[in-house]
Amino acid sequence: MLRLEPRAAPSKALTLLSPLIALGITVAVGAALFLVLGKDPLLALRLFFVEPLKSAYALSELSLKATPLVLIALGLSACFRANLWNIGAEGQFILGAVCAGGVAMHATPDTGHWFVVPVLLAGAAGGMAWAGIVAALRDRFHASEILVSLMLVYVAEMFLSYLVYGPWKDPAGYNFPQTITFLEASRVPRLFAGLRVNWGLVIALVAVGGFAVFLFRSLPGFQLQVGGLAPAAARYAGFSSRKALWTALLLSGGMAGLAGALDVAGPQGQLTPYVPMGYGFAAIIVAFVGRLNPVGIVFSAILMSMFYIGGEMAQSRLGLPKALTGVFQGLLLFALLACDTFIHQRLRWARSRHER
Amino acid sequence: MNAESLALLLAATLNAGTVVALASLGLIINERAGVLNLGAEGMMLVAAIAGYAASVHTGSDWVGFGAGVLAGAVLAVVFGWLVIWLNTNQYATGLALSLFGAGLSAFAGIAYTQQRLAERPHFAVPGLADVPFLGTAIGHQHPLVYGTIALAAALAWWLTRTRGGLVLRAVGESPESAHALGYPVRRIRLLAVAAGGALCGLAGAYISLVYTPLWVEGMVAGKGWIALALTTFATWRPARVLLGAYLFGGVTMLQFQLQGQGVQIPSQWLTMLPYLATILVLVLISRNPIWIRINMPASLGKPFQP
Amino acid sequence: MFSPLSKRSVLKFAGWAALAAGAALVGCGKKEAAPDAAAVPSEPASAAAVAPAGPLKIAFAYVGPVGDAGWTFAHNAGRLAVEKEFGDKVVTSIVEKVPEGPEAERVIRDLVGQGNTLVFGTTFGYMEPMLKVAADSPAVKFEHATGYKTAPNMRTYDSRTYEGAYMAGVIAGAMTKTGTVGVVGSIPIPEVIRNINSFTMGAQSVNPKVKTKVVWVNAWFDPPKETEGAQSLLNQGADVLFQNTDSAAVLQTAEKAGKYAFGWDSDMSAFGPKAHLASAVINWAPYYIKATKDVLEGTWSTGGVWWGVKEGAIDIVAISDKVPAEVKAKVEAVKAGLKDGSFAVWKGPILKQDGKEALAKDVVADDKFLSGIDFYVKGVEGAIPSAK
Repeated sequence: MLRLEPRAAPSKALTLLSPLIALGITVAVGAALFLVLGKDPLLALRLFFVEPLKSAYALSELSLKATPLVLIALGLSACFRANLWNIGAEGQFILGAVCAGGVAMHATPDTGHWFVVPVLLAGAAGGMAWAGIVAALRDRFHASEILVSLMLVYVAEMFLSYLVYGPWKDPAGYNFPQTITFLEASRVPRLFAGLRVNWGLVIALVAVGGFAVFLFRSLPGFQLQVGGLAPAAARYAGFSSRKALWTALLLSGGMAGLAGALDVAGPQGQLTPYVPMGYGFAAIIVAFVGRLNPVGIVFSAILMSMFYIGGEMAQSRLGLPKALTGVFQGLLLFALLACDTFIHQRLRWARSRHER
Repeated sequence: MNAESLALLLAATLNAGTVVALASLGLIINERAGVLNLGAEGMMLVAAIAGYAASVHTGSDWVGFGAGVLAGAVLAVVFGWLVIWLNTNQYATGLALSLFGAGLSAFAGIAYTQQRLAERPHFAVPGLADVPFLGTAIGHQHPLVYGTIALAAALAWWLTRTRGGLVLRAVGESPESAHALGYPVRRIRLLAVAAGGALCGLAGAYISLVYTPLWVEGMVAGKGWIALALTTFATWRPARVLLGAYLFGGVTMLQFQLQGQGVQIPSQWLTMLPYLATILVLVLISRNPIWIRINMPASLGKPFQP
Repeated sequence: MFSPLSKRSVLKFAGWAALAAGAALVGCGKKEAAPDAAAVPSEPASAAAVAPAGPLKIAFAYVGPVGDAGWTFAHNAGRLAVEKEFGDKVVTSIVEKVPEGPEAERVIRDLVGQGNTLVFGTTFGYMEPMLKVAADSPAVKFEHATGYKTAPNMRTYDSRTYEGAYMAGVIAGAMTKTGTVGVVGSIPIPEVIRNINSFTMGAQSVNPKVKTKVVWVNAWFDPPKETEGAQSLLNQGADVLFQNTDSAAVLQTAEKAGKYAFGWDSDMSAFGPKAHLASAVINWAPYYIKATKDVLEGTWSTGGVWWGVKEGAIDIVAISDKVPAEVKAKVEAVKAGLKDGSFAVWKGPILKQDGKEALAKDVVADDKFLSGIDFYVKGVEGAIPSAK
């Protein structure tokens, strides 16, 4: 019978291949699903994987979707590597958007373009503060960061709703729940005329480099990861777990907040109740599929964005339901986790029936 | 608020709390065996649509409940196989289950948003239902509400007074020792996970068949996560789960009550109350690390490799 | 948990993978430029600017699922009526659950790119995205529901749901035994507040002492919250429920408790046979047919319309037999009055909650007044969330 036994050393080939195998499984299941639903699988697959890359406009839309995913996933990768399960990135995203919006509304027609910098910084600070609550409660009261961060997502949603329905409502907006549209000075400048992609893309790429350095070349990053992999060893080496806790959470909160700020000061241009887009949760999948590695995260973010955009197009062109996107994303993560098993373990035929 | 309103509020609280209580009791079985299943929300969602669809097609609620239980158990077994035999990371796998369950339930439920269930039955405990105040409060509930209370008592008894419960707890405290003693640790864990999934499934079916007899995607609305929080609140004891669940249900219904009475707090702050209450409770419970260490199953979340 | 790889090998592999993938995909894309049989070709917007000789392509963007039995369901019913009316001359397509906000821009742009020359956006939140796409696609006509901004090729349309609310209120006022009616409110925007007020005024027209309690669920469509809100209203003494939310949850809750409720947006009588008193429905068919006709005949022009009972956009249907004959007659009278213009729901004297006068005697409110209603009328209890 088949047995799993540990490998002497993790398989390098599988470490790189496993996301691709997982993708392959997801695509295969997807194609089967399309057939069952009576749609042309090749066309559907084309909509998911080819159309989003076909033109400059398509690539611009893709990068608009991928940028927040990359930013949040980078922060989450630091957290997950430290064995801290920050599920509440969505709430930190919202708080970042709220703080960024709050600053953005102070621009006047005479303010210079530099104003977008404090707007973004305010967003990062907002996200950090929200994650800081999680860190503080874990530090002081040992409260589970999983549950606290998740509860804070719902709180953040309600807080945003309160602001846009109340104190921050646009007086000229016919009483609809939205703030004023932010002035040019507060908006993130676009990279190319006619396309929506903006400087957020550049910021994301810089962040990728920054995280690569932090995780693989810096001492705090190393301490963080050791704390996650082998807490006893970390303690013995004198690495402060408290420092790791705060660093990881503040970092991921800041990144999520920055993503929120970029979204609100970018394509949205105002605060509405529709700010929460689910990026905080999708980024969890992005982080894992990217193997918690900054470069891997870029690719998995692109992949996830293709799922989103392809799913939209499949809806309007083929009549496929929107819910399929969620199925694929979840399936991808499942498949990845299953495939990952084989990095550290391998299948073997066993002659005799050992004890289980 | 007069006595009648209060009685009705209590009745609504029992109803609302039952969902979370059922799921949380299932999660306690999981966690006592040392497995943390973050996929509660996903299991409940899939069970909700499974139960709803089954009831629509057969006209019987009990078939619906059965379908929900089955759906939850099946998903839990898949999860269990991954984390117990393939030793995947419990947190990540649980999350994947939640996300996948959300997508799958939305997808499967597309055809059912327009469907209706058969006429909803009215329940009344003979004799009790006519008692003033108490009768209104507790005499008109769905049988599962009473069932949940009985289940909590049974589970508490089973965990502490039977051999089976002892073995389960041993597996959760120290799987290595249990293994050395010859117990099939992985099989026991799988059974625990399946049982937990079955109860989460029951909770999910309750939502779509009793609580809000409709199907809409995402209708579990975070109750799975609340149930997870409750296990910590209850320090893994079934009786305390009930307390926490009813507390949460009460706060949920209270916010509408306050709105209707014209309390001058913006409705969004009132809607936040249940979640803030959960955080507060978590903080209060967790703040004594020794207390947590005494009560928490020692191997919770850690993989076991024989 | 994850083994530390040398960065160089990761980058190297990733780079090659990206190159390979990119080349393959771009290559595939070029080869399959020809449209497939089942799919709609994706031409750039400019190519579709010339009105083709073929059928008129109409697209609908929905914010909710077609199966919500409420708002989106009603819009879809209007679309089906267009298909029935014009047959081969039109081809319609839909995208549902398009989130409000900037995401909608991409979807609408894609719809235009697929060759649709008449696009309906069925919720307020599509306003800004539609404006942006309208600016880039002058040959396409855009119709936006419940908004207020227009463009040379974009106009707005809305329905006077408050007329339906008033008629429902007349029935409610007659059927309540406790003198308290309840409303499950969605989002505290003027449209919904106006509906709550109109419902109350309708009830007061047959029962001056009626009180209205309101709870807000802060969502258009959220059956679990709607259920909890409805239950709470019943607990507080309301025995007839009304809603501005989009699901049948409120009606079902009333059915379970043996009380009364109404359907909203579409006929919901099947969801609560014993509790259902009537459904205040929106009929988008007359407007959608007119808009399609305008484009087909080339008479489309920008502007904004607000249609009610008079134009056939609002109606109250499926009035239960439990409602006494004289109440039914009163509702018919109101309906007739609205049809021929002799009756106006918002005609003074109307008092605000605090007793101050909102409309003087015999003054009929104009559309501007109606669009900005941010107060409760006398008889409604509680405060509007985040009211100034």
